[in-house]
Amino acid sequence: MATAGTLESGDILIELSPSARKGIDITLDSSVSYQFGEQIKKVITETLNGYGIDDAVVVATDKGALDCTIRARMAAAVERSAGVDIWDK
Amino acid sequence: MHRLRRTMMFIPGNNPGMMQDAHVYGPDSIMLDLEDSVSTTEKDAARFLVHNALKTIDYGGIELVVRVNPLTGEFGRKDLLAAVSGGAQVIRMPKTETAQDVADLEEEIDRVERKLGCEGRTQIMAAIESAQGVMNAYAIATVSKRTMGIALGAEDYCANIKTTRSKEGTELLFARQTIIVAARAAGIDAFDTVYSDLNDMEGFRREVELIKQLGFDGKSIINPRQIEIVNEVYTPTPKEIEKAKAIIAGIREAERRGSGVIAVNGRMVDRPVVMRAERCIELAIASGVISKEEVYE
Repeated sequence: MATAGTLESGDILIELSPSARKGIDITLDSSVSYQFGEQIKKVITETLNGYGIDDAVVVATDKGALDCTIRARMAAAVERSAGVDIWDK
Repeated sequence: MHRLRRTMMFIPGNNPGMMQDAHVYGPDSIMLDLEDSVSTTEKDAARFLVHNALKTIDYGGIELVVRVNPLTGEFGRKDLLAAVSGGAQVIRMPKTETAQDVADLEEEIDRVERKLGCEGRTQIMAAIESAQGVMNAYAIATVSKRTMGIALGAEDYCANIKTTRSKEGTELLFARQTIIVAARAAGIDAFDTVYSDLNDMEGFRREVELIKQLGFDGKSIINPRQIEIVNEVYTPTPKEIEKAKAIIAGIREAERRGSGVIAVNGRMVDRPVVMRAERCIELAIASGVISKEEVYE
């Protein structure tokens, strides 16, 4: 499992684990889950798909993160879990 | 018009809450930091935060600066790629000791820009934070055309010269003056260091007044309350503005007459006076005290 992010205002805490099942399984805790829950899950899924990950378990605790912050935290979690360096070119 | 850089607001690159709000306070520049304010274990995450913030957040006309880690370490090159591909306008390089340090950074920027197809876009701000850096200030300021300014980093500088920072700043005088003179000789901007005591706004104001008088273009800011004070100090007085307006009017009159001699109130006015007047008007317009039309209608 890899973790990225914090519980500070404006941030999102991501715990990323491999999954035995197909698909991205997201558990989201957010004070705006009613208004933005689908959008947050969409950004999480799109970011993972962008890195070629179609199967994963994500536990996300959102504290009002913008989409760019969610993308950044997901990317960091992917980098940490895979042990790869996305910037190493 | 020369871009104003009175305030450069310093934001830790691992703090998304601050990064998304920074522009609300109206600094002239924002510096997203990947270096000393970010712990080693979070450098990877901060790099993504800064990259994504640069690409997504609308900072308006505020200049976007990213402080990267030194190229010689394990983080610097990746920081640079993330910053340049994110669209950073300026790269602040910490702890610049020699002209070669700047040349090495420029070479890496050239390489990244070529790959991305955005050649010539990124500028450099070299932070001088040691005795050696101060001694090499002019070489550092002139080695690369990408360099838009040099800055003083006082905390590391004081440690390097084996003293501590004082309110009066006596220990910084030589460094400050050297950096200003080097910057002016090179035709670039000079930036002063952070003032970290947020409980002493009077002390901060005194320091801003000092560095303005010394000739600095602006200062690093770590709290929005500091922005207002810097802008106030850098706002020309009504008397200064009236005098500058008279000089500009004198120039335009001379142009209309086709004369090379500018006279204001019966006295000849030469180039340095004209330049000071133009700068005064620039600052007055940026501070919202007068409008461009008032001067240049």
